[in-house]
Amino acid sequence: MTLVMPLFALIIVLFGLVRRVPVFDLFLEGAKDGLQTLYHIAPAIMGLMFAVSLLRASGAMEALCQMITPLADAIGFPAEIVPMALLRPVSGSGATALLLSVFSDCGPDSFAGRVASVLAGSSETTFYAVAMYYGSIRVKFTRHTLPAALAADFTALVMSIVTVRLFFY
Amino acid sequence: MLNVIWSLLVIVSVVCSFLFGKSENLSAAMVDSGADAVELLLTLAGILTLWSGIMKIAEKSGLTTLLARLSAPLLRLLFPALDKDGEAFGFITMNLTANLLGLGNTATPLGLRAMAELDRLNGHGDTASDEMVIFVVMNTASLQLLPTMLGSLRQSSGSTAPFEILVPVWLSSASALTVALSIAIILNKKNNRTPR
Repeated sequence: MTLVMPLFALIIVLFGLVRRVPVFDLFLEGAKDGLQTLYHIAPAIMGLMFAVSLLRASGAMEALCQMITPLADAIGFPAEIVPMALLRPVSGSGATALLLSVFSDCGPDSFAGRVASVLAGSSETTFYAVAMYYGSIRVKFTRHTLPAALAADFTALVMSIVTVRLFFY
Repeated sequence: MLNVIWSLLVIVSVVCSFLFGKSENLSAAMVDSGADAVELLLTLAGILTLWSGIMKIAEKSGLTTLLARLSAPLLRLLFPALDKDGEAFGFITMNLTANLLGLGNTATPLGLRAMAELDRLNGHGDTASDEMVIFVVMNTASLQLLPTMLGSLRQSSGSTAPFEILVPVWLSSASALTVALSIAIILNKKNNRTPR
């Protein structure tokens, strides 16, 4: 699995060479786009990391997790990732801040860390995407878009626990 | 919505720190969080710059088009009413392929153009068409072949095997996509029985 990223890069560069495109020039062009994306998301990341770190330092996060723990334990769900699961459909940067908070509390290779990783990788910022796409064409009645999209997030939540148990324990 | 959530997080934290007697921790966190955020941004800068560069090669060398052509027959089943050579269907396949490759920058403008085309076919109405529902749902449950950002965040947090979660991520997002599409298709059919 450690070979995944290098192999992916190798295939793309070889494909580019076969197709005779200016590989490095394209790389620079894309890298510039990447930096622009970073420039756009940086303020949100700063603001949300600030809020999440306050939540952790004030003991509020701990209290929240303690409150959730009995319920979460009953359904076999790690309480530490509940805040992230709740914020995920609303804010990508917020979910990233909370994902890192799970990593530093439990470790990325712990049960909670793995479930949080799978959840982060298989769900989307649903509300943002729905608002952006429909807002762009001024559609007001989205019919059953939101229920279906939220069902996807809920499925990802359940499947992240199921798959991590299946693969690692 | 984020205005409310963000304010709530800050207010709850400050009030709780008084209740739990952790005001000192809070002051320290206010100083440290900025530094932590900058550190994270630097890690992200590395990943985003590198992979956006590599994926640009994939895009311009025609790998995206190739994948779009391969996935078109499958996507046609989801959009039976669309003209398979039409612009709307073209943008939809390109958007979904870009998402599959993790090309967020490319995917969003293509998605917006797909929506604009679907809007035209829908007569610029204020109610979503069946195709719009399916397309937006697919975008909110999008499958990504290589979650580079996730892998790098895991690695920078000290994971010994950052990509060990790859297959679980695929399975989980494929299930999410299947469930969401099934619901969307069933409700599309049900709604259409009675005139809108």
